[in-house]
Parts: sequence; C-alpha cells; structure tokens
Amino acid sequence: MTISIPPVNEGDSIKLQPKGFLRYFSFSLDHKVIGLQYLVCGFLFYLIGGVLAGAIRIELTSPISDFMARDVYNQVLTLHGTIMIFLWIVPVVNGAFGNYLIPFYVGARDMAFPRLNAVAFWMIPPAGLLLISSYFINGAAESGWTAYPPLSITTPAAGQLIWIFSVLLLGGSSIFGGINFIATILKLRRPGLRLMNLPMYCWAMLGTSILVVLSTPVLAGTLVLLSFDIVAHTGFFNPALGGNVVVYQHLFWFYSHPAVYIMVLPAFGLVSEILPVHCRKPLFGYTTMVYSIMAIVVLGFVVWAHHMFTSGTPPWMRLFFTIATSFIAVPTGIKFFNWVATLWGGRISLNSAVLFSCGFIINFVLGGITGVALAQVPFDIHVHDTYFVVAHFHYIVYGGSVFVIFSSIYHWYPKFTGKLLNENLGRIHFLLTFIGFNLCFAPQHWLGLNGMPRRVAEYDPQFTLVNQISSAGALLMAISTLPFLWNVFYSAFKGTIAGDNPWQALTPEWLTSSPPPIENWEGSAPLVTKPYGYGLDPKAIKNESTENIEEEI
Amino acid sequence: MPKSSAPLIIGLIIALVVGGILIGENINLLPVDASSNATVYDELFKVLFSIGTILFLGIVGLVIYSLIRFRRKPGQIGDGLAIEDNLPLEIFWTAVPTIVILFVGLYSYDIYDRMGGMQSLQHANHNSQQMAANQRIWGGIGSGSISANNMEGKVGALPVEVTAMQFAFLFHYPKGDILTGELHVPVGEPVSLRMESKDVIHAFWVPEFRIKQDVIPGQPTILNFTPTKPGRYPIICAELCGPYHGGMRSTVVVEESNDYQTWFEKNSKDITTQT
Repeated sequence: MTISIPPVNEGDSIKLQPKGFLRYFSFSLDHKVIGLQYLVCGFLFYLIGGVLAGAIRIELTSPISDFMARDVYNQVLTLHGTIMIFLWIVPVVNGAFGNYLIPFYVGARDMAFPRLNAVAFWMIPPAGLLLISSYFINGAAESGWTAYPPLSITTPAAGQLIWIFSVLLLGGSSIFGGINFIATILKLRRPGLRLMNLPMYCWAMLGTSILVVLSTPVLAGTLVLLSFDIVAHTGFFNPALGGNVVVYQHLFWFYSHPAVYIMVLPAFGLVSEILPVHCRKPLFGYTTMVYSIMAIVVLGFVVWAHHMFTSGTPPWMRLFFTIATSFIAVPTGIKFFNWVATLWGGRISLNSAVLFSCGFIINFVLGGITGVALAQVPFDIHVHDTYFVVAHFHYIVYGGSVFVIFSSIYHWYPKFTGKLLNENLGRIHFLLTFIGFNLCFAPQHWLGLNGMPRRVAEYDPQFTLVNQISSAGALLMAISTLPFLWNVFYSAFKGTIAGDNPWQALTPEWLTSSPPPIENWEGSAPLVTKPYGYGLDPKAIKNESTENIEEEI
Repeated sequence: MPKSSAPLIIGLIIALVVGGILIGENINLLPVDASSNATVYDELFKVLFSIGTILFLGIVGLVIYSLIRFRRKPGQIGDGLAIEDNLPLEIFWTAVPTIVILFVGLYSYDIYDRMGGMQSLQHANHNSQQMAANQRIWGGIGSGSISANNMEGKVGALPVEVTAMQFAFLFHYPKGDILTGELHVPVGEPVSLRMESKDVIHAFWVPEFRIKQDVIPGQPTILNFTPTKPGRYPIICAELCGPYHGGMRSTVVVEESNDYQTWFEKNSKDITTQT
C-alpha cells in the first residue's frame, strides 16, 4: 500500500491563512472552508434566482404581458434557469457538500489538489457576477438557458456572449472540481479503507464526477462554436450560412441531460447519509445502491435526444432514446425502494432533516413518474415544451435536489458550526416549503396538458385562475425562506451547543470535534469500515475494523 | 412479518391497483380530442396515469406509514433493526419496475405505430424531385397516415405549406393558391403540412390534436393529421422564438366538408380548381 495520509501541515500555506471569520473571504486551501464558501455563495445566488422566479410568477398572474417588457421577461427566465442550475444546485450538491464531506469520508486531511480546489471555487463568484451584470450592460441573454440557435445568434450579441463566457467559466470550475473528487476518492483513501466501505455519498460523487469530466467539455466546445457564430459570423449552427440547428441541440443535450444527474445523483448520496442516522438503521441494500448509481451514470450518457422528440429526429432514433430513458427508472426505482426499506423498522426521529428527506422522496417519485411518461415519444409529442415539462423538472431539481440541500443543512449545520438549528422553525420551514412547492408546481401539469406552452409572458385567459394558484404557491415558497434564514443566523449566535456528535452518527465526519480542526482530526484518521453499522454491537464494529487493518498491513 | 397480516397486505394492494385504475380511467385532465391522433393519445394517457397513480400512492403510502409507525416515541432509546440487505427483496423490486417499463415501452411503441410514427415519411402532392432536393425531410407523428388512407381508397391528403416566422404562421394551399393566416381544414380528411421557418425555430402545436412538430429554418418538417371534430382550435408556437413568443398563435378551423368547400371556393385564386 503506497497510499498515505497527506503529511500534516508541511508548508506554511495553511499557517498563513487568515483565521476566524475572515478565512471565508480568503483563498483558503482548507476543504471545509471551501465547502462552506460554495454553500453560502450558492445560497446567495439561490436568493437572486428566487427573486427572478418571483418576477416570472408575478408576470403570470395575469394572462397579458403587463409586469415587465417582453424582452426583459425572456432575460429573466434565461437568468433564472442559468443561475439556479449553474450557480446554485450544481455548485452546492457537488462543490459544497463534496468538499466538506469527501475528505472526511475517505480519511484524508484535505482534497487531492487543494489549490485547484480553491481556484475552482473562486471562478464561481466572478462568473456569477458577470452573468448578472450583463443585464445592466446591454440586456442579458434572452434565448433561454438552452440558447438554441438561430435565436441565440439573432438576439442582442453582448448579453449572449457574456452568458456563454460565464457558463464556460462555471463549466471549467465544475471540471476542476470533478477531477479533484475522482482523485481524492480513488487515491487518498486511508489504508485499510476499501471502496465498498465508503459512505454512499462518495459513490454518488464518483459517478457524478465521471459525468462532469466526460460531458462538460462537450458543452464547452459547443458554446465556443456558438460564440464563433455570433462574433465571427461562422456558420456552424446558422442555417443562413449552411449550418444546422439540430446539431447544436444534440451537442447541447449531450451535456445537459447528464447535468440533471449531476444535480440529482449527489442528492441521492446525501439522502443515503442522512436517513440511516436518523432512522438508526443501516442503509438498506448498500451493494445494489452502488451498482444503481453506476448504472444511472452509464445510461445517463445515452438518453440525451429525448429532449428533441419534436425537433426533427428519425423514428428509429426516437425509439432508441425512449427505451434508454425508460430504463433509467429501474436503477432509480431500486434506490427509492431501498430508502423506504431503510425507513421500515427504524426508530425514526421526525426532525427537519428527515422531513426534508422524505419530502424529497415524495416529490421525486412524482417527478420520476412524469419523467417515464415524458420518455414515451407519443406522450411527449403533446406536452413537449409546455408547462407539463416545467412542472416535471421542477419536481426533479427543486422537489428533489433543493429539498435535499435543505435536509443536508439541517443535518450538517451542527458539524459546520457546533450549534443546533431550532427544530420548530425547521418544521415550519418544511411545511411552508412543501405546501408552497406542491401548490406552485402540481397545477402546472394540468396547464401543460391543456395548452399552455413554456417560456411565455402571455397566455390563454382560461388559464388565469390556475396560474394564480401557482403564483400563490410561489409566494409561500418565498415566505418559507424567512424562518430558515432567521434560524441559520439566530442559531449561529444563540443556538444550543450541539456537542461533537449530536446525532450519534457513525460516519467519519462526526468522529471529530464540531467544528472540526484544520486538518480534520487531532490524531490519526479513524478507520470506519461500517459507516452504517446502526443496531450492531459497537464492540463487533470495532473488532472488525482492527482486523481489517491488520489484514491490510 | 406475521402470517396473519398477509390477507390485509394483499387486500391493500388490490385496493391500490383498483383505485389507481379507477382514478386513471375517470379523471380527465386533457382538452377535447379533435383528431384521430388524440383518441389514441388519450388511451395511452389513461394507462400511464393509472400506472403512475398506483406507483405514486403506493410509495407515498409506504413512506408516510413508516414515518408514523416507526417514529421514535418519547422515552424510546436504542437503534432500529440491523437489517442491511435482503436479496430476494432486491430482486423483487428490480423486477417490478423492469416489467412495468417493458410493458409501458411496448405499449407506447404500439401507440406510436398506430399514430403512424414508424411509417416512412411522405408528403402528399409534393413530387419526387422536390423531395429529392430536400434530401432529409423529418416528420412528426402521423407522418405515414396518408399511405394508409390511400390504401383504404380514400382521397389523398390535403397538402398545406406552412411558413413560420417571428411571430406568425402563414398557410399556403397549393391547390387554389390560397395564402391565409388561419388554417381551414375539412373534418375527417387527412391533412399534410409541410413546414419551414423563415428565421428561428418555432413549433406547431394544436393541443386538441395532441400533435407538435418543430418548424426549423433550413430543414423542412412534415406533420400529418386527420381532424375528427368540427370547431376552432388554437395553433400555438411552443418553441421560444423571441419577445412575442407568447403571442404567436393562430387558429385551425375544422369545418364540415361543404363549409370548407365554400371557404375554399371563395378564396381560391386558381379558377381551374373551382367546380
């Protein structure tokens, strides 16, 4: 075994880092600081994206375009989508929790490439500010987050180019992060720790990082070609110059469908960490969970054209992508049954973390079912590009990923700060979010089926009432943020002291102080071969661990 | 699990399946079905809605039951059952979704075939030279219905050329050389649209017909359908095409045969086609 734990504090770099609160604004190399930088930065962008969503819902309370100018509306929906995907969900489920947890889980003192890690984070704030500033320069991009040509070539160039540049920066950041996670998980595991001993979130991040590293470059290349079409009047995607617009869609979705798994697979991993702790039960079906993650990764690469069933695809291609997409439901279904089996027979503490995780299961099941329906060509032909699809993907990325982010914040906040969050405020937050979310998005299924296309500022007056119900749900979601924000700030100063391990969890991040010291453990890293050994005799776990070490050595 | 609870579980499963099918069959979430495609579509929708309801209520029911039944009661200490794995159970819940997916896949293939999706693309009244000039013409569902209708000895489909632009649809009838902003079609007759965009990507969608096809610049697309119910239905652009995308709407007027003939003769510029 040539792998060793990185030496303690070899250089001066860590000593030179600012201490205290200031370190969160510095080029810190500590994976925990970087993780929290990702989390807070992502949350600020979430608030901005949420304000934009609010603007969209206000516009849609009336069937005519009256709240903002039509081109501004298109800019708002473009920015909303781009911010929520590239600046909130992807950086937080990957960057924030990945950076904070992965080194603990593999028994390392930091990520494999700490400087690359800091660079990856510090690409995000400028990219985000650049994106938002484009609105004030000459109007932001207004061709949707998909930026389909020829629309993206014919709309004002400045906004579109800034959009391309910031997405390239964010994609680069994401690739750096992905490389770092793969290297850390595969190469920095402490001696004695086998791959099949790793907590599930490591597997989720390994799978996700493979997707990131293989598919993001395709998006980057495509956007560079698109920028050539805009700046240098080349004709890659411009039909007036002999280009082909459908090719862009293939290239774009080759990244952007895996992007969905980049947003939900880490969420699957986080739920797999949270549920066993609060149910006091081992994660059910560890091995099948691992294989289903990898099956989703492989299948995720061959489903992209299901976004293009109406755009001009030959029948055989439609059929292939229908089958491939449908089959993703099998590994995903396995994961859901395993979580339900983890709940079954447990001693479940009904706290905010569990409520948000179970809210995720309920929302995601609905999003998954509409997803299988959408995979069927004849079904999709009617509802493609309608509010049915809007409802579907919000059930996946909000009802799925964002619920898990909140669940994770309730679960790991004691680790981040050493304080507990207030449970009552957490439950109010959950109830408002869950009711608001479902009130906002469930009616949109009906809207899509009955003839409301997406990305419109005006619509048939018969849909007014249902749109107003949906907007009321959005208002509840906005209000639900207030108890959460109050809770996070209040508890940081006046919260109950949590102790090192308030949940009596067995995963390695809890086997140190809260918040943890700079290099994670005062002594050597503990060897945890049974991260979900709840209900087992603690002595048995310990004995097995030492046996393993002896075996390895 | 004690044996005495087996009848209860079986009873619950049967109730769930029956309930799901009843909900799927009886709750109508769709607008009126006004094309031959729409009735086939609604059949698929009911099946998917039933299966979806059964799975959704089943899993949500299990989650909520677990949360109530296995919640930590005050004073309870200690851990839950240390069950880590159960191979037969894993095989069971791998097999169930696989079977459901296979069924849904085969069924939707059948539906797709009945909509004419698997037949070779052809467009009525466009001669072969024109087809060859645009080597690759892509089509939407219903593309093949014309040949099927021809075999049954019906008249050929009504050809219409659709031009989409920011922010309107224009319809041109080669027979009679009619140019109009409102699509008129006779009820019960197959219609064949040949669509092309002048600027950006648009999409032609009639919710009551359950069909949609992108209209692409530099790449003609074809959409065939047979309207079955007279009435006025909206034509909606479903692909973001610019600031006025939401206002890019038109109307398809499905008329009885003689009403359509009257409209056609009134507007036709080509005297020879008038009878």
